Amino acid sequence: MVRATHWLTFVAFIALLVTGGEIVISHPRFYWGEVGNVNTKPFFVVPIPASRDTVPTGYGYVMPDQNGWSRYLHFEAAWVAVLTGLVYGIYGVASGHFRKNVLPGRRDWSWRAYGGRVAQYLRRKPPDRAEETSYNVLQRAAYTVVIFVLFPVVIWTGLAMSPAFTAAFPWTVELLGGRQSARTIHFIDSGLLLLFLLVHVAMVAVSGFRSRMRAMITGYGRDSICDSEEGR
Amino acid sequence: MNKITRRKLIRGGVAATAGVAGLGAADRIAKRYGLIPPDRGGVYGPGETLTYACQRLLTVNRPAREFPRSMISKNPFANSIAKPTDEFKQLQAGGFRDWRLVVDGTVAHPLVLSLADLKNLPVRGQITEVACEEGWSYVAEWIGTPLSNVLREAGVLPQTRYVVYHAFEKGLWGSIDIEDAWDEHTLLTMGMNDGDLPVPFGGPLRLRVPRQLGYKSLKFVTHITATDDIKKFGKGLGSVDPEYGYSWYAGI
Repeated sequence: MVRATHWLTFVAFIALLVTGGEIVISHPRFYWGEVGNVNTKPFFVVPIPASRDTVPTGYGYVMPDQNGWSRYLHFEAAWVAVLTGLVYGIYGVASGHFRKNVLPGRRDWSWRAYGGRVAQYLRRKPPDRAEETSYNVLQRAAYTVVIFVLFPVVIWTGLAMSPAFTAAFPWTVELLGGRQSARTIHFIDSGLLLLFLLVHVAMVAVSGFRSRMRAMITGYGRDSICDSEEGR
Repeated sequence: MNKITRRKLIRGGVAATAGVAGLGAADRIAKRYGLIPPDRGGVYGPGETLTYACQRLLTVNRPAREFPRSMISKNPFANSIAKPTDEFKQLQAGGFRDWRLVVDGTVAHPLVLSLADLKNLPVRGQITEVACEEGWSYVAEWIGTPLSNVLREAGVLPQTRYVVYHAFEKGLWGSIDIEDAWDEHTLLTMGMNDGDLPVPFGGPLRLRVPRQLGYKSLKFVTHITATDDIKKFGKGLGSVDPEYGYSWYAGI
């Protein structure tokens, strides 16, 4: 279950990332508060040409407009991600996966535990035996933030940009300080998720891409956490 | 690795049958309550249908967000419009006195209304946000008569499921479902903030649909057709937008 939802989320996330990027290109300016447009001061600007000639970017070049299919695919992939997340969330609670493997353990609530593991990484010492069947403190912290903060917030801010959803639940956008704030947080959150993806893939590569991939896909491997769980 | 046992096989079979039956039932219910968008075909159909069905159910009797007067944008951005034709310029020179709104289709009394006729219907203002699919937005006060007043005047027939609207420029058209058409915020807009609706913002007549993104709020509306069969219009996708790759429903 962990592996199936992981890979479904991976496919959906890549689709969301690419299409989200395409949508940003049509207006690479970000604002804070309720409203924002080319006549208002931006909070920050992504220094790229836009796909619409109404946006002053200073490049004198208009990129091809890909918003139509990007929007269709963005929302379809969002459904895949949300429904997969729902299944994973229910499974994670019911099976104890979150408690056993993801959330930091009681002994992990100290700087020492984190410092120790960072030092271990830096000295390139091999992982402890306990890591054969579960994640270490740094992995747990990263996964906890991604699963319980970054993903929920990116879904929330996405919905807060929907004029229909906010008609039904106005507080979802008002709590964030407005529609443009929601859009800006959505963008920054996506950036953090991309950063996680890059580090995550780099760590897999460092620890042996082929053997790790085999474990992540099939669940086989002496030290595979996925295996230990599925084979209950 | 577990072996496939008989129990597993039976359990899987029952689950699959229940799944197929469930999907069939869901499809029937969705059709009955109008939860399937006209552009349901293709690879993006499932996502589009889920979005439309969920938001249609969530927004029943939920009005668009309104804002205090202090939040009206000082410098609203009017998106680019096509170069006005000579015919349009002529109408503009005449103060749009000759602008007409044709109302036909599944109605008891087809109508031809001038702007003055529309202003004689109950007029209201609303302070709502225009949000473009590109990401930008502004808040303005929009003044006009709810589409529902015109539908009532024309005696819209009970089988009506969509309201199609056409722009002055040929080939530009859209539609909304009957639920959005009756919504008090769906406004045949003639005024903006303190004056007449300026041409760049869609003057003299724009249909504001504030629970959907800006591109559903068609500028320069000349013709409204009530219908029970959206397939008869254009390529049958509900508006011209899907023909350019944009979704018919724009609540998100």
